[in-house]
Order: sequence, then structure tokens, then C-alpha cells
Amino acid sequence: MVELYNRALNVPEIITRWYSEESDYNYGAYIPFIGTVREEDGIEGLSFDVYEPILTAWFETWQAKAQALGAKLKMAHSRGDVLVHESSYIAAVFSPKRRVALEMIEQFVEDFKASAPIWKYDLKNGERLYARDRSTPINGAGLLGSNE
Amino acid sequence: MVTVEFLGPIQKAPLTLEASSLRDVANALKQDAEMAQWLENCAVAVNDRLVASLDTLLNDGDKVSLLPPVCGG
Repeated sequence: MVELYNRALNVPEIITRWYSEESDYNYGAYIPFIGTVREEDGIEGLSFDVYEPILTAWFETWQAKAQALGAKLKMAHSRGDVLVHESSYIAAVFSPKRRVALEMIEQFVEDFKASAPIWKYDLKNGERLYARDRSTPINGAGLLGSNE
Repeated sequence: MVTVEFLGPIQKAPLTLEASSLRDVANALKQDAEMAQWLENCAVAVNDRLVASLDTLLNDGDKVSLLPPVCGG
């Protein structure tokens, strides 16, 4: 299940709760990745739109991959405005041994950046500006513009 | 009739139109000058499943979604 929150994530609550939820399952490794908004180019923060139906389906596909390796994924993300030095994203993997967890957290976070239906905006001078230059077309994009 | 919805930064209200395949939707959107910048870089979902062919058939009540370039995290 993907946890979605309005505005910034409560990081200590989430990573502590996840730790407790999985503490009886004999996992040897827990690797959280926490994404925090950096002060950069004069932004006041970032803002996010999320399309939940496709995000959930994408996440469930990854959860099945994790399960096949005896691992488990968790993810939390913000909707709306998240200010500089607050956090908007946590991904975590639990696995019996470290190697699966180390490899999976990298693959999961990279595919998240390329595929998850989330749109980012810079908050600057009171405006909400789509971060077009930092965004990635989803695999297969351009279908409606093609002349096939 | 199918509904076409525009996600994220595309500032456009949903459309309803007659379409029997995704090709019909593409042809309709190509007439819309403000959509030109999006058609080349949007992924497409039908009823919340990503699709890869303009020959994807559409039924009455289907929902077509356009997903512009993403950047979560």
C-alpha cells in the first residue's frame, strides 16, 4: 500500500512505525530512502500532484517483484506543498539479507523517478511552476502524437 | 462516448467525445493547438492501464488519461 499525505511527511513517525510493523517478520535488513526538499534556485518549496490509481498499480507490480525475493516494499509520498528542508518521499525495503535490499532500493527508487505518476512543481515567488525540465516522459510516451 | 482527462500540469478540463479507438482520440486532439506540446510526451492510459497502441479499442464509458512527464520524490 502506498501512503499518501497532504503536505510534508512526518518522517520519524513513518520510519519508526514501519520498523515496528515489520519487527516480527525476521527481516535482517531495513533500508529507508528519504527524499528531502533542498534549497535551490530560490525556491520556497516543491508541490506535487499524484494520480493514485496508476501509482497504486505500479507499486503493486513492484511489491510482487519484492515478494518473489522474500522482501517487502513500503512507500510514502506527499501531495500538495512541501517546503524547503521538509521531506516528500520515503521508500523502504525490508529483506532477509542485505544484498537484496541494497539492490532493490536502487532499482525501485530509479523506476519511481521514471514511471510513478507524480508531477512536481517549484514554489517560487508565490507561483506553482511545473518542473518540466526535470521531468521524464513515461515509457511509451508520445503515442497520441505518433503517425503510426 | 469516452471521456478524456488531462493529468498533472495540463491545464485542460476533461472532454467527452465519440471514439471507437485511441486513433480517433489522437485525431481529435491533434486539432487542438494547445495540445500540440503535450501529445509528443504524454503516456496514455485507458481505464487506468497504460496502453501502447493507437489501435486500442474503446467502448462507451471508457476513460482515457494523458500522463505528462513525471518527477516524483
